[in-house]
Amino acid sequence: MKKAEPFVSTTNACKMCTPLGAAVAFKGLEGCVPFLHGSQGCATYMRRYIISHFREPMDIASSSLGEKDAVYGGKANLMQGMLNVIGKYKAQAVGIATTCLTETIGDDVSQILHEFKKECLAELNGDMPALIHVSTPSYGGSHMEGFHAAVRSMADQLADPAAAKHNGVNLFPGFVSAEDIRHLQDIFAHFGLSVTVLPDYSETLDGPALEDYQNIPGGGTPLDAVRAMPGARVSIECGRTIKAGLSAGKVLQEKHGVALHSLGLPIGLRESDALFATLESLAGCAAPRRYALERGQLLDAMVDGHKYVAGKKAVVYGEEDLVVGMTSFLSEIGIKPVLVATGGESGLLNEAVSVVTEEFPGEPPQVRDGVDFYQIVAEAEALEPDLVIGNSKGYRELARARNIPLIRVGFPIHDRFGSQRVLHVGYRGALNLYDMIVNALIEKKQDDSPVGYGYI
Amino acid sequence: MEPVIFEERKTQIHRKGAEPFSISCNKSSLAGAVSQRACVFCGSRVVLYPIADALHLVHGPIGCAVYTWDIRGAMSSGPELHRLSFSTDLREKDVIFGGEKKLYQALVELIDRHGPNAAFVYSTCIVGIIGDDLKAVCKKVEAEKGIPVIPVQSEGFKGNKREGYLAACQAMFTLVGTGDTSAISPLSVNILGDFNLAGEIWIIQDYLKRMGVEVVANITGDGRVEEVRRAHGAALNLVQCSGATMDLAKMMKEKYGIPFKKVSYFGIEDMSDALYEVARFFEDKDPDIMVRTQDLVREELTALYPKLQTLRKDLEGKKAAIYVGGAFKAFSLIKSFRHLGMDVVMVGSQTGTEEDYQELAEITDEGTIIVDDTNPLELSAFIKEKDVDIFVGGVKERPIAYKLGVGFCDHNHERKEALEGFLGMYNFAKEVHATVTSPVWNFTPRRRKSPIAAPDVAVCAGEERTS
Repeated sequence: MKKAEPFVSTTNACKMCTPLGAAVAFKGLEGCVPFLHGSQGCATYMRRYIISHFREPMDIASSSLGEKDAVYGGKANLMQGMLNVIGKYKAQAVGIATTCLTETIGDDVSQILHEFKKECLAELNGDMPALIHVSTPSYGGSHMEGFHAAVRSMADQLADPAAAKHNGVNLFPGFVSAEDIRHLQDIFAHFGLSVTVLPDYSETLDGPALEDYQNIPGGGTPLDAVRAMPGARVSIECGRTIKAGLSAGKVLQEKHGVALHSLGLPIGLRESDALFATLESLAGCAAPRRYALERGQLLDAMVDGHKYVAGKKAVVYGEEDLVVGMTSFLSEIGIKPVLVATGGESGLLNEAVSVVTEEFPGEPPQVRDGVDFYQIVAEAEALEPDLVIGNSKGYRELARARNIPLIRVGFPIHDRFGSQRVLHVGYRGALNLYDMIVNALIEKKQDDSPVGYGYI
Repeated sequence: MEPVIFEERKTQIHRKGAEPFSISCNKSSLAGAVSQRACVFCGSRVVLYPIADALHLVHGPIGCAVYTWDIRGAMSSGPELHRLSFSTDLREKDVIFGGEKKLYQALVELIDRHGPNAAFVYSTCIVGIIGDDLKAVCKKVEAEKGIPVIPVQSEGFKGNKREGYLAACQAMFTLVGTGDTSAISPLSVNILGDFNLAGEIWIIQDYLKRMGVEVVANITGDGRVEEVRRAHGAALNLVQCSGATMDLAKMMKEKYGIPFKKVSYFGIEDMSDALYEVARFFEDKDPDIMVRTQDLVREELTALYPKLQTLRKDLEGKKAAIYVGGAFKAFSLIKSFRHLGMDVVMVGSQTGTEEDYQELAEITDEGTIIVDDTNPLELSAFIKEKDVDIFVGGVKERPIAYKLGVGFCDHNHERKEALEGFLGMYNFAKEVHATVTSPVWNFTPRRRKSPIAAPDVAVCAGEERTS
């Protein structure tokens, strides 16, 4: 992988910090309150950031450490904070993520939780919720490391080693939209496969209007279903850039012998085909007709629209797993991904991009990891893209400044409405992305035309 | 109702009339209570952020910079350096070996690239722990680059947002007094505590211009380093968001003898009062200023009143709840709601002082809930208990209102609608009207039951998904 220019400073980062990813993941567990062990600001900033994307309540508790806690350790605040949040929220689970502050002062969260369970059981009338913890120093990666680490922690720490064998499938879909999770659940249901999706924030972060305010919104992966994960026949994990030590699928495989299928995020034709092929083999039957139809409709659209997209150049940025999926899809439809960029640094991006682009002719895309928007903009300048694909953060400096259409995918999308309902995955997700892309290109052509064609 | 109020927080909630006034505030947030507050870093970042020709470098891991990247609506009439997010993006090795070298290199690199007129360097939690000598690095770069390089001591855990305000004022005060003050009009002011959200400071500047008053420095909305340097040449400081900038006003009074006035530009009375205060202050120097000001206010109100009356017809008797960052804004909001015929039944802030809450208790109606540093559990309970029609807050409060099926008005730093001045009063009234009278509330489950089953009731077998 070519390294970008070695700037020391970061300008407009193309990533967020580890505890944010953990908070989103914990929100996908039923009855769970995410809890950040650190100063008050971290929890509030991340709440605000996540709310602006999902437009949903996002309560994140904090141990609200002050100066003396930073000196003497945060144990007392963590214990008191957990008692408070468990008492008021009636949480079934608390997902505790550390921050740069508590990692550096050296709080041993695992040990503190151990003591909490012993000392506070009586105070909670013997009703101890599940306590899951994850180490997320914010200097130790991007929000994706935090997300994967939290999913792994849930699968690892909640797993019941004595879980009975069952015919269900564990699905770790990665950091996708609420709509994506719902679509994946539908696909499994139509195959007649029982599935446990972790995390499942399809309701908790895209909830219905209800009569009353829910302190903890309904939905989420049931705790018992996570406990039963070691008994599943197989796990499917989506994401080509999950580091070995952060894989929930691998931990279930190593500790409990659950077979693992590692796939990419099912974005575009081939990555969706890989998922459907896996499901066909698991279900022992052909995919239901509706999916054969959806696949056919996608291909039909790809044919109908191919001239609109032919030879267009795109810059793709965002989370590593997402950009691999988008790159794969763009390559399939004849758009040239000229720059694939991310703030993440899993070290696995280059290989993943090669795998999904190698069957197509022409120059492979520039792949840049560990970059910020300053570098992305600088590199994009020379590449003259026709299209920019990524989250809202590329709008002002990259898309608007150069009058290039931006297709909003991933996280965060906070300058458009309905981001939790953007469908990326499966044949239908690909069709949705395809329509968005073609229409953006047509709109641009129409707007740029001196005569303004009304019929294209 | 379930007891949602934490035992430790009972003294931070007051119900007017039910008991003699007493409230505790300015405390650390309770662990586990999901406070709406941020941290020291947030406080200083809020205040300094809109200085548009300065470099704002956050020294720490990426989160602190990324979550404060261009999320505020502070507009600039010129440079827009403030809208970029600069960070040293500290990594594990920097935490182990110290981040001073990286900070130095990042500062030099960014100053060379952007040529700012000053640089603010914010410390974050981690910097306080690893002990990087921010001051020494800033001093070195300042000497090398010939621009002010100012450390902002804003480690997140060292107090609450108010400490951040103080750190920001101290940082700015190092600039004040270093610029040329010749040719400043005797009728001159600095605007303190206005952040030019949605261009609001331009509305206020227009009023002052019509009165014949010169604005020396905008602190900090549409702010410039050079203006702050010469701010000590102004005859008067107008302090709006007093929590944020009162410390600076006090420092300027002490050192340069510049008097200050607390003002608010929200609502009819407070906006008019602010302008009349200025007129009275300069009356000795310019006897006609009062007439000009009266003409201005009359002209604006003549245009505004009929429009407000039309909106008021639909709003009469509706109930409002307010939860904002600083308490001072709440005073103006209460008065504004009265102009719309509405009652405020709950009011609170993140950082109010005892005097602020005392004043709120005086101007609110019996039974009003007054609350310091609250959280979603309390807010949702109060909104339900009082059955409000609209909730005024910021982005974090919005989903609480909407999930309860009540209207909402964003009155925080991210708003894109100007709410200051007479024009702002009309914008506010329009927004309140738009949300309170929306037909959607007729259909939310609290008002009308669903004709089909609730989402958690499983019924038809059919092709339901199995998970």
